Amino acid sequence: MRQRVEWTPDESAPTRAEVLRLQGMRPGERVPAHIDSLLDAATAVYLDLAEPRAIVAEISAGEFAGVYRGEGLNPHETPLEAIYPNADHLALVAATVGARVTVRVRELFLRHDLALGCMLDSIASAAADHLADLLGPRYVSMTTGGASDWRVLAYSPGYCGWHVSGQRALFDFLRPEEIGITLNASCLMQPLKSISGVLVVGPGHIHRFHPTYSFCERCQEKQCRDRMASVLSRC
Amino acid sequence: MTVLTEIAESLQRGEDDRVGHLVRDAIEQQVPALDILNNALLAGMSVIGEQFRLREIFLPDVLLAARAMYAGLDLLKPLLARDGVPRAGRVVLGSVQGDLHDIGKNLVGIMLEGAGFEVIDLGSDVPAKRFVDAAEAHGASVIGVSALLTTTMPVMKAVVELVRARGLNGRLSVIVGGAPVSDAWAREIGADGYGYDAANAVERVRALVK
Repeated sequence: MRQRVEWTPDESAPTRAEVLRLQGMRPGERVPAHIDSLLDAATAVYLDLAEPRAIVAEISAGEFAGVYRGEGLNPHETPLEAIYPNADHLALVAATVGARVTVRVRELFLRHDLALGCMLDSIASAAADHLADLLGPRYVSMTTGGASDWRVLAYSPGYCGWHVSGQRALFDFLRPEEIGITLNASCLMQPLKSISGVLVVGPGHIHRFHPTYSFCERCQEKQCRDRMASVLSRC
Repeated sequence: MTVLTEIAESLQRGEDDRVGHLVRDAIEQQVPALDILNNALLAGMSVIGEQFRLREIFLPDVLLAARAMYAGLDLLKPLLARDGVPRAGRVVLGSVQGDLHDIGKNLVGIMLEGAGFEVIDLGSDVPAKRFVDAAEAHGASVIGVSALLTTTMPVMKAVVELVRARGLNGRLSVIVGGAPVSDAWAREIGADGYGYDAANAVERVRALVK
């Protein structure tokens, strides 16, 4: 199965709380009126320019082993290599909010409209992550018809020990150029506000691991704990 | 209220048009460009930086103030260059090779300019050699290296090593920052400093150029 997915800009828009979090505001913090207005203005620009779309392609565990191996630069042990063989379904994905938003962010910074540019950048970042959140359940629904207790999490090159050079093998298989996502020499996606990775579908417990790998020490985000909690609490 | 105080206060309110008008007025009143820079624009940004550090204001407030600062600074730059006024220091800034994320780095650049530094922004996806080449070419005393991905952090180490290999350590400092970066990582790779956010990066750079 290989499918192209498109959303309206409105569907891809993140919550205000998520955007404000990226702006450094804490949950529950009072939002001054001028910042609220700035967020409204940036949201209007986003809705005008965003072109959210994605591509999803199923992949077998055997095929994914090759993609995950990539250029052989992953650390000796990584969580995903223990997780994906237990999955019921795997699918490679790439999604983007499109190039026009990033171009506008650059323009705004160049003309020193920094607050609007930064707010728009936060919206686009949150929207790209939101696309990943939208894709997971959609893929589960496509594969199961919605009648399953399978859980889904996305894993991406550049995180949790999957070396960023793995993007090349992922792109060779997925070919997201079809929706306008390309890879540069440093294995980074363009447009910048794009995400890629593998959707791992199966029972929630397969995603459980202890974040004690060599690279975990340097990770400041520790998002794996929340991610695991999100699938384990519903098991 | 003097025109300089008025500029500083307008800047803090993010009134970019008004700051532009007031700076023009001050120039016409023969107020020296350096006074306008130090006692109005940088003084205003200093208050903003401190308020941000104390979480009394938010990032958008800093950026609105920065836009107002640029409205004045753009008018002053030709005068400062003509008068040969030295800046607080020169900093080469960029996101490491393999990293296209540049908002955090841009914020550091804005805050540094607001603190009186000259910033040479190399953009994103910058190889180690380009950082050091640019620092040498521009006579910078600090290189600021940003990374958002753990996988690109080793480029920071390459920058530090190249500075040493060229015998520039001691007169060229390297400061690192970015979401996955920590003080421990900075020490591990031998960097001279670590900025945990834009305001802190400015403090660290100030300390490095003293």
